[in-house]
Amino acid sequence: MDTTQYKDVYVFCEQREGVIQSVALELLGKARELADTLNEKVVAILLGKDIKAKAQDLIAAGADKVLVVDNDVLKYYLTEPYTQAITQIINEQKPSILMIGATTIGRDLGPRLSARVCTGLTADCTKLEIGEERELLMTRPAFGGNLMATIVCKNHRPQMSTVRPGVMKKMTPDAARKGEVVDYQIAFNQEKISRVRLLNTVKEDKGMVDISEAKILVSGGRGVGNAEGFKKLEDLAAVLNAQVSSSRACVDAGIIDHSRQVGQTGKTVRPDLYIACGISGAIQHLAGMEESEFIVAINKDKFAPIFNVADVGIVGDANKILPMLTERLKGMME
Amino acid sequence: MDFNLSKTEELFLQMIREFAEKEVKPLAAEIDEQERFPIETVEKMGKIGLMGIPIPKQYGGAGGTNMMYGMAVEELSRVCGTTGVVLSAHTSLCAAPILENGTEEQKMKYLPKLASGEWVGAFGLTEPNAGTDAAGQQTTAVLDGEEWVLNGSKIFITNGGYAHVYIIIAMTDKSLGTKGISAFIVEKGTPGFSIGKKEMKMGIRGSATTELIFENCRIPKDNLLGKIGGGFAIAMKTLDGGRIGIAAQALGIAQGAMDETIKYTKERKQFGRSISQFQNTQFQMADLETKVQAARLLVRSAHYKKDNGIPYSVDAAMAKLFCAETAMEVTTKAVQFHGGYGYTREYPVERMMRDAKITEIYEGTSEVQRMVIAGKLFKK
Amino acid sequence: MKIVVCIKQVPDTTEVKINPQTGTLIREGVPSIMNPDDKGGLELALQLKDKYGAHVTVITMGLPQAEDILREALAMGVDRAILLTDRKLGGADTLATSNALAGALRNIEHDLIITGRQAIDGDTAQVGPQIAEHLDLPQVSYLENLEYDGKKTFTIRKQTEEGYQMLEVDAPCLVTVLAPAFKARYMSVSGIVEAYGREVEVWGADKIDVADEKIGKAGSPTSVAKAFPKSLKPAGEQYDVDPEQAVGIIVSKLKEKFII
Repeated sequence: MDTTQYKDVYVFCEQREGVIQSVALELLGKARELADTLNEKVVAILLGKDIKAKAQDLIAAGADKVLVVDNDVLKYYLTEPYTQAITQIINEQKPSILMIGATTIGRDLGPRLSARVCTGLTADCTKLEIGEERELLMTRPAFGGNLMATIVCKNHRPQMSTVRPGVMKKMTPDAARKGEVVDYQIAFNQEKISRVRLLNTVKEDKGMVDISEAKILVSGGRGVGNAEGFKKLEDLAAVLNAQVSSSRACVDAGIIDHSRQVGQTGKTVRPDLYIACGISGAIQHLAGMEESEFIVAINKDKFAPIFNVADVGIVGDANKILPMLTERLKGMME
Repeated sequence: MDFNLSKTEELFLQMIREFAEKEVKPLAAEIDEQERFPIETVEKMGKIGLMGIPIPKQYGGAGGTNMMYGMAVEELSRVCGTTGVVLSAHTSLCAAPILENGTEEQKMKYLPKLASGEWVGAFGLTEPNAGTDAAGQQTTAVLDGEEWVLNGSKIFITNGGYAHVYIIIAMTDKSLGTKGISAFIVEKGTPGFSIGKKEMKMGIRGSATTELIFENCRIPKDNLLGKIGGGFAIAMKTLDGGRIGIAAQALGIAQGAMDETIKYTKERKQFGRSISQFQNTQFQMADLETKVQAARLLVRSAHYKKDNGIPYSVDAAMAKLFCAETAMEVTTKAVQFHGGYGYTREYPVERMMRDAKITEIYEGTSEVQRMVIAGKLFKK
Repeated sequence: MKIVVCIKQVPDTTEVKINPQTGTLIREGVPSIMNPDDKGGLELALQLKDKYGAHVTVITMGLPQAEDILREALAMGVDRAILLTDRKLGGADTLATSNALAGALRNIEHDLIITGRQAIDGDTAQVGPQIAEHLDLPQVSYLENLEYDGKKTFTIRKQTEEGYQMLEVDAPCLVTVLAPAFKARYMSVSGIVEAYGREVEVWGADKIDVADEKIGKAGSPTSVAKAFPKSLKPAGEQYDVDPEQAVGIIVSKLKEKFII
């Protein structure tokens, strides 16, 4: 493969019901930086139905060019039509780099696409840089977050990566930025698309907010133990106007929903305040929360790894301390 | 004897540990507090075959070994002494004597349902006036046409009320002494058979321990287990097997107390360091660990002999004696290591200490075990 | 219905600890387990076996000791177990791994292929969809429920961030599942007793129809340029005090940071 034929930094810009996802803007910010280093262009791929109006937002966020594919089969995300559209774009445009947000959609699409175009894909990257030979250095947590690994894709193009939401920084939107918007035509293979038929999409109010958006998180782990312990977290969260999150142990134990799990297999969070209660701080958990602005940890085990990332570490029983803390704060608020 | 577990046993250990940790441990404090029989756990155990580990496949069992059964009792007791004894009494005291002494019809009728956990089993030997001296049976069984008529009562019967199948030891001919004792299978719901008083106990409080009352209770002639007059031998042999089960229970309780104490002494700090760093803690724990490991070897060697058809009755007595006394010592010291907290229900060691005590008493007191061991020693 | 479940043996990464002095991994004594999402997938397969009488095959690619998780799968109730192991397959990235597995799967009859969403040692979530592409099968990730009409069509409930989607999918297809969606059953005692007496088929690279340049290190477009321990920010202050004092410290720190 002649890798020199490939250029420019492409970003798959995920939209849901016409709303550009935050991660797409984060990726454009990063793509801008990489493209400037390479002296190449940032190209956004926008797939959907009646979404062309959003192209300008992508330009404002850093894109030089937006390839818009507007088609009924792209209205809702389904693996096959999205894969077909991007495969054709890759084959015709020959991008050097393709970035995809590591959302549930991106992590379904990315591998399918990489296998179709026969190139490498690095999952869930937390850092992207350009190396000495203009190659993309893709860094991600490995071995359950215990190690960081920098991955390269030497002889195949595009160099593809999915990128963790919440990690890259968006540009400040610049409405004055100019860019090109291209209507891109795709020759869809309807027969392959028709193998999966969307019957309906159901929204469920899971009574949840997205913990990755929360300013304050009160998080519980094994040391909190059970639903009764989590009640104490909820009480504190109510006083602080915070959300409750959890380590994997409590999700596995069925105490709390997976959507509230922080860590390698859950969500990455960056709240202003993270209160870790009875969480020992397995590396997988730390990977999801160590970027928090301020971390308070309460744990009985003085040597718990959580204390290595905590700004304030309290050696003690969260079950005893939490109700007292809640009472004290309640008193102060009144 | 191979001291390493086989691949099959390792796989079994992986499963039973996970089961104990996830299904049994979370209920342990609650069933103790409420003195509630863990019926939901019995159902779960039945579903995966734990209620019929050493029962052959042709009778609906798992076709496993007694070694595996002992490992199950140990691992369950490690987190909950009650659950351990429920399984032990069911398997050793009810399923085993039917398997070893039953007719083909009896085995086909009872074992599949016992193995699946649909029916729980129990064993009635002890009476108000016949405890350690089991020969003093006062419950009688008289043949009347095609039926045996039972009269009398049994006490301290584990799984009483929850069990469907009871092995009942009764006197069929008082003039013959122990040779006049026979064993019977009695089903729950038989007219004339009722469950009496439930004991309020110090430990293993989730297990049901009741009185059984027989008032002109008529059972089919075919419910005789083994031969007429063979009941005492059946009872003694059943207790030999049961003792290894109780030894495994005691061992599990001891191991559970070790686990808790290791965890606690690492966390708990006094005078600026973990109490696990004090030499007193370390030396005492080293001694206890050695005893627990010795206890485990006695249990496994007894089950090894049972599995391989080698006489094991003295081994069973030694295993039970040593495991029970080790459990009592370990749990008592575990409470001491926990200090004031150890005396509270916030930590499980106080429950373990209460649970451990019974292992020195039931299925033959430590004194009876010494009698058995000495009997062998001074024979001839 | 013929189901094949792809499973992987992984180190239990929750048991991995970091040496606080050197910052390196402590790997000794870390047990190997069946990857949790894969175990969830296996449970789905076994539920379908209970419901539709499906025939379930498990396959794993790995070192010879990966046999352990196949024995576990046998004890849980699968019908057939295959170990794909060969030096030629070593050093593979996700694309090369998926090529090898797809090659093996071409030689196993299937209406449904199930994989876990991701493995806890790699966390890539890539191998499942990549296998689907190589075999030209439709894929559905994050499956929550599946019904089969017995002939040609699966009705699948797929979990989404906002709720769920109902999809109709032609057989054969590939689905990926998450562990929490399917709480795995325990191995049965009789299954355990029989597990080591049953056959585990051992396949080498010669049993799969994939060119050598597509598997192992040679077939991997990506490579690790470097690996390094994660740098952690310096630890803050630690207080070992009674609960009353602890509350005071937390409150004053939060005030200091203007959080409250």
